[in-house]
Amino acid sequence: MSAVEAYVDHTVQVILYDGRVIVGKLRGYDPRTNLILSDCVEREYSLEGVEMVPLGLYMIKGDNVAIIGEMDEDKDGSIDYTEIKAEPLGEIRL
Amino acid sequence: MLFFSFFKTLTDQVITVELKNDLCITGTLKSVDQFLNIRLDGITVEDPERHPHMMAVKNCFIRGSVVRYVRMGARSVDTTLLEDATRRGEFMVRVLKGLRVD
Repeated sequence: MSAVEAYVDHTVQVILYDGRVIVGKLRGYDPRTNLILSDCVEREYSLEGVEMVPLGLYMIKGDNVAIIGEMDEDKDGSIDYTEIKAEPLGEIRL
Repeated sequence: MLFFSFFKTLTDQVITVELKNDLCITGTLKSVDQFLNIRLDGITVEDPERHPHMMAVKNCFIRGSVVRYVRMGARSVDTTLLEDATRRGEFMVRVLKGLRVD
């Protein structure tokens, strides 16, 4: 779990069990992957482009977390998300 | 514990992790823990057209519970040794002693 330590105070993208994608600043975590994220935005992928939904401060229970990814903010800023057309991620099955 | 030790021997090798949502992520294994949570650096997604979601992500932590398969080079694994170890548990002893496991 200490692998997550490096992400504290960085912008991370969390993918949840149900396929939702949440981007925010990682403020805290524990050994069960419970997370606290500030300034969260949900990214809703669809074939019409990505919709950004502001959520604010979130505490995510570890059971729901699939991936925590560290964002490359420069790269993220250079992407026009209205042009990204993709199905939402599937849920974790089995 | 055996597979935890086994994955530790793969550190710094390139592996592909297939998740239970069909996402396949390739990257360099940086760390693994007792839950088989995996940390990958320099990641790429197998089908970026279908899965552009990780485009701006450079490295990631994958929760062990969402991993379906881990794919690695055949030469990274001594299957005979691993086979023996799963029967006798000796593999872990070798790893702990810092002996060669390849």
